[in-house]
Amino acid sequence: MGGADFIADSVTTAFGLIFGGAPGVFSAVLVSLQVSVTAAFLCTVIGVPLGFAVAVSNFRGRHLLITLLNTLMALPTVVVGLFVYAFITRQSLLGPLDLLFTRKAMIVGEVILGLPIIIALTNTAISALDRQVRDTAITLGAGRLRVSLTMLWEGRFGLLAAIAATFGRLIGEVGIAMMLGGNIAAHTRNITTALALETSKGEFSVAMALGIVLLTVALGVNFALRYLQGRGEVRP
Amino acid sequence: MTDNYCERPTSLLLAGILLLIVAAGCRNEAAAPDHRSELRSIKLATTTSTDNSGLLAELLPPFQAMYGIEVQVIAVGTGRAIKHGENGDVDVILVHARAAEDRFVESGFGVNRRDVMHNDFVVLGPAEDPARIKGSADVAQALRKLAATESFFVSRGDDSGTHKKEMALWEAAGVPPEGDWYLPAGQGMGAVLTIANEKRAYALTDRGTYQAYRDKLALEVLVEGDRRLYNPYGVIAVNPARHSDARYIDAMTFIGWITSPEGQAIIRGFKRGGEVLFTPDAVLDGGAGAD
Repeated sequence: MGGADFIADSVTTAFGLIFGGAPGVFSAVLVSLQVSVTAAFLCTVIGVPLGFAVAVSNFRGRHLLITLLNTLMALPTVVVGLFVYAFITRQSLLGPLDLLFTRKAMIVGEVILGLPIIIALTNTAISALDRQVRDTAITLGAGRLRVSLTMLWEGRFGLLAAIAATFGRLIGEVGIAMMLGGNIAAHTRNITTALALETSKGEFSVAMALGIVLLTVALGVNFALRYLQGRGEVRP
Repeated sequence: MTDNYCERPTSLLLAGILLLIVAAGCRNEAAAPDHRSELRSIKLATTTSTDNSGLLAELLPPFQAMYGIEVQVIAVGTGRAIKHGENGDVDVILVHARAAEDRFVESGFGVNRRDVMHNDFVVLGPAEDPARIKGSADVAQALRKLAATESFFVSRGDDSGTHKKEMALWEAAGVPPEGDWYLPAGQGMGAVLTIANEKRAYALTDRGTYQAYRDKLALEVLVEGDRRLYNPYGVIAVNPARHSDARYIDAMTFIGWITSPEGQAIIRGFKRGGEVLFTPDAVLDGGAGAD
C-alpha cells in the first residue's frame, strides 16, 4: 500500500468512524472530552490564580519557582501515571477510594500534568502586561480585587492561549490514560488509548483515522475558545 | 454592535454543545459501575493475546448476561497483569507464564488457579529463511542457528508471557541473545510482528496472534510442534485474605464460568479466519489428559 493510498484510506475510515456512529468510537470521544475538559477546567480554576499570584508577587525564590515550573512542563506522562498509581493502588494511602482504572483517576493525573503548564503560561501572560495597566487601575481608585480582575481581563488573550495549550496537551496525551485508566472498553478507553491499541493491532488505517477524529474534536474545542476570545475583542 | 449580536448565539451554541457533551459523559459515568451499583463488576488483568484475538469479546457477554457481572478488561503483558494482581488492583488474572503463575500463588497473592486453555508458540521468519531453520523440530537448535548466522530477531523485551517463554528457550539453546541482530522491541505482540515483517526478521509468537495478523504479514511459520512451544493459559483469583477489597465471590464466579462446559465450548468454537485459536483444557473428555 502506497503512502497516498494509506492516507486516503485513513481519511475515508475517519469519516466512516465519525458519521457511521460506531459505538466504540463515540464512547471514546465522550471519554476523551469528559476527562480532558474536566481536567482543563480544574487546571484553569486552580492554575490561573496561582499563576497570577506568581506574576504579581515578589518573593525570594520566585525565579527558581518559575524555572521549576518550566521544567515541569516537560513531565513525561508515564511518570505522572506512575506517581499517581503509587498513591491509588489498592494497598496505598488512597487505595480504599477505588480510583484506579476509572475516569476520575485519569482526571487526577491530567490535572497534575496540566497544572505546571497553565501556571507557567499564566505567569508569562500576566507578566507581559504593561506595568501601566496595574498603575492606572490603582490610580483610578480600584481595590485589590478590582485591580486583579482588570489585569486578568487585559491579559485574557494570553490566558486563553494558556488554557488552549493545556487542553491540547491533555487531550493528546496517552501515557496517563493508559496507566491510570487501563484502556477499559466503554469505560476508560479514550481516543488516544484506542489509537495506541489499534496501532498495536496493526490496524494502521483505523489508528490514523482515530488521530483525525481526535484533531477534529480538538478543533471544535479550540473554535469554541476562539469564539469566546473573539467576543472579548469586540468589547473595548 | 451588529457583529456582537451575530456572534453571541454562535458562541453560546458552541458552549452549549460542549456542556451537553460533558454532561452526557458525566451521566454515563454515574451509570457506569465504577461504583458498586446495581450491575456488579470485576476487573480482569489479562494478556494482549486473549483480548486482541477477540476471544474475550465472545466469552464475556454471555457471562454478563447470565450473572449480571460486568468484566472490565485491562489488557497488558503477563508480567504487568501479575503485578496488578499482586497489588490488588484487579480481582482476577488470566495469563500465560506457568512458572510466574506458580510463584504468584505460592507467595500468597493468588488462589484457586485453574487451567483454562492452550495454544502454542511458533517461530516466524521471512520466506527466504537465511538461517535455514524451516521445518526444524528442535526449537533450541533453530535458535542456535539464528544466533550463529546473526539473523535479525525481534523480541518482545517486555516481560510478557511470550518474552518469558522466549528467554527460557534461549536458555535451553545455550546461547545468549546478544548482538546487533537481536532487537528487543519492548512492545506488544502485534507491534513486534509488524516490526519483524518490516525488517524481514525472525520472531517468536503465539499462534493465535499470528493467525489474527496473518493477512498483514509476509512472514511464515518456520518452526512449530516442539513440546517446549506449548502455551498454557491459567486463570487465578486474587487472594481475598491479602486484599479484602477484592471481589472474590464474583471473581470465582468468573473462574467457574470460564472453566465450565459452556465457557469451554465458546473457547473451542472461537475461530478467526476459519481456524481454531485456543484448545480448552478445563473440561476433560472422558477423563483424558489435558494435552
